[in-house]
Amino acid sequence: MTEILHRTAAELGADIAAGRLTSEEVTRAHLDRIDAVDADIRAFLHVDREGALEQARSVDARIAAGERLGPLAGVPLALKDVMTQVGVPTTAGSKMLEGYHAPYNATVTQRLLDAGVVILGKTNMDEFAMGSSTENSGFGPTHNPWNLERTPGGSGGGSAAAVAAFEAPLAIGTDTGGSIRQPGAFTGTVGVKPTYGGVSRYGQIALASSLDQPGPVARTVLDTALLHEIIAGHDPLDSTSLDEPTPPVVDAARSGDVSGMRIGVVTELGGEGYAPGVEAAFGRTVDQLADLGAEIVEVSCPNFEYALAAYYLILPAECSSNLARFEAMRFGRRVGDDGTHSAEDVMKLSRGAGFGAEVKRRIIIGTYALSAGYYDAYYGSAQKIRTLIQRDFDAAFEKADVLVSPTTPTTAFGLGERTDDPLAMYKNDLCTIPSNLAGNASASFPVGLSEDDQMPVGFHVMAPARADDRLYRVGSALERANEEVWGGPLLSRAPELKGAAK
Amino acid sequence: MALSVSDVERLGRLARIELSPDELEQLAPQLDVILEAVARVGEIDTSDVPATSHPQPLTNVFRDDVVAESLPVADALAMAPAAEEDRFRVPRILGESQ
Repeated sequence: MTEILHRTAAELGADIAAGRLTSEEVTRAHLDRIDAVDADIRAFLHVDREGALEQARSVDARIAAGERLGPLAGVPLALKDVMTQVGVPTTAGSKMLEGYHAPYNATVTQRLLDAGVVILGKTNMDEFAMGSSTENSGFGPTHNPWNLERTPGGSGGGSAAAVAAFEAPLAIGTDTGGSIRQPGAFTGTVGVKPTYGGVSRYGQIALASSLDQPGPVARTVLDTALLHEIIAGHDPLDSTSLDEPTPPVVDAARSGDVSGMRIGVVTELGGEGYAPGVEAAFGRTVDQLADLGAEIVEVSCPNFEYALAAYYLILPAECSSNLARFEAMRFGRRVGDDGTHSAEDVMKLSRGAGFGAEVKRRIIIGTYALSAGYYDAYYGSAQKIRTLIQRDFDAAFEKADVLVSPTTPTTAFGLGERTDDPLAMYKNDLCTIPSNLAGNASASFPVGLSEDDQMPVGFHVMAPARADDRLYRVGSALERANEEVWGGPLLSRAPELKGAAK
Repeated sequence: MALSVSDVERLGRLARIELSPDELEQLAPQLDVILEAVARVGEIDTSDVPATSHPQPLTNVFRDDVVAESLPVADALAMAPAAEEDRFRVPRILGESQ
């Protein structure tokens, strides 16, 4: 069983297609692993044992009948609970949606099912994707497989932890300000935020519609690319979906050639506030890329300094409007419907009871920033800074093919360490936010452990919009070089999980 | 800028979120710290800078005007907090005095 769990998704897919393994046995192995370790990790909010096995048997039957399916057919995946899936609950980590079943599949969900990918269950997340640690989940936090006392990051901590704990070789995340990349960095896994519009948002419970972007999560660069290819592409059901071909991400992941590539180190994303162990790993990685034939240049993005402030106005503004749909009339939690309260009272009571503290904070900040008299000073200025950040990117991409920085200023922090200080929590997203504001493609790749605390460090790569393939080229080059030094994947150095010994 | 407890209460009302006295006491200083941090957006002169609301240029997308299948009533009502006669049942809309 360990043999199956430690294989890559690409290998599993090939073995299933060739009849060396059945999807059912691969799926069972992962379900057993979840049974063994998830009481400690808590990556899943819901495990769909029967549904997954049924799906696996159907893939096996199709292959036995001679059908040729895609490269990930029969391979199990963990789906972030912000994506709707018929037949299982979708909660977005909120008590507001406890027990909610969506009437339709998200486009991402549908494409996975069509590709024969087996969906094991729904993963934990910060409530409505608001947070950087999964501690804002209405159903309790997820634990980092590298150290159970630490957070796996967020909001997609459940997806990243599931993959890092070998509960699934693949997962889906969504990234509004770093929710795929920061958990990737914290758990030693790969996470890609595609170009805005590259992957359909249809059926993703919206946080901030101009920033949200679903993307792939996996342990290897090639697996991430294979998954990216399945979920990407034009969707008529999402008016912001790009109607153009997906960049050649799989070819780039197989190539891993960075010779002659111009790699721009962003001056502003380092220095004060960055942990020494993170900076050391980052510096080593840049040297490695130079050794592999890339040209290293330094670029300045002076307006990135204002990205965090702009983001924490734009996001709350958009979410205060998006979350207005939770009004307790058509679906979701309803409180106080006892004949004495008006619809408006019921709305207020339901939202007061259903939303957690961070969601309330952000809705109220958004309400404030959009209110008459404050709009120009807050939301208006933030939108102008958004333009300046896009211009910084444009100028930097004149000088470099990709930009790089640490994914996060620190490694995974302790559970409970930042929950009382929202601003300290927000600062996690310093390096990842600019790409959401500008809509370009970005990724985090594991590049080693920090000397400070032996926790994983993520290397952040930013590519221009529609050039997602460049991310994979860099990630694949680093993965090959590093695995040669390490003698295997970084995750083989993660501690054995207790339950797994049974 | 100092948000008072009554400011937060008013914002809660606008956002239709019931907040307990304890929550109001907690939220007011927290929101103050956040608003002070985001006020940095006013530090640079952006008077000649156009606003960006979206990362890609947006165009209206229309589907063909043909009849398509829509969600069956039973599916739409399946998760309703309350339903009656194929409709969502909602509490009274008007207040006591109206």
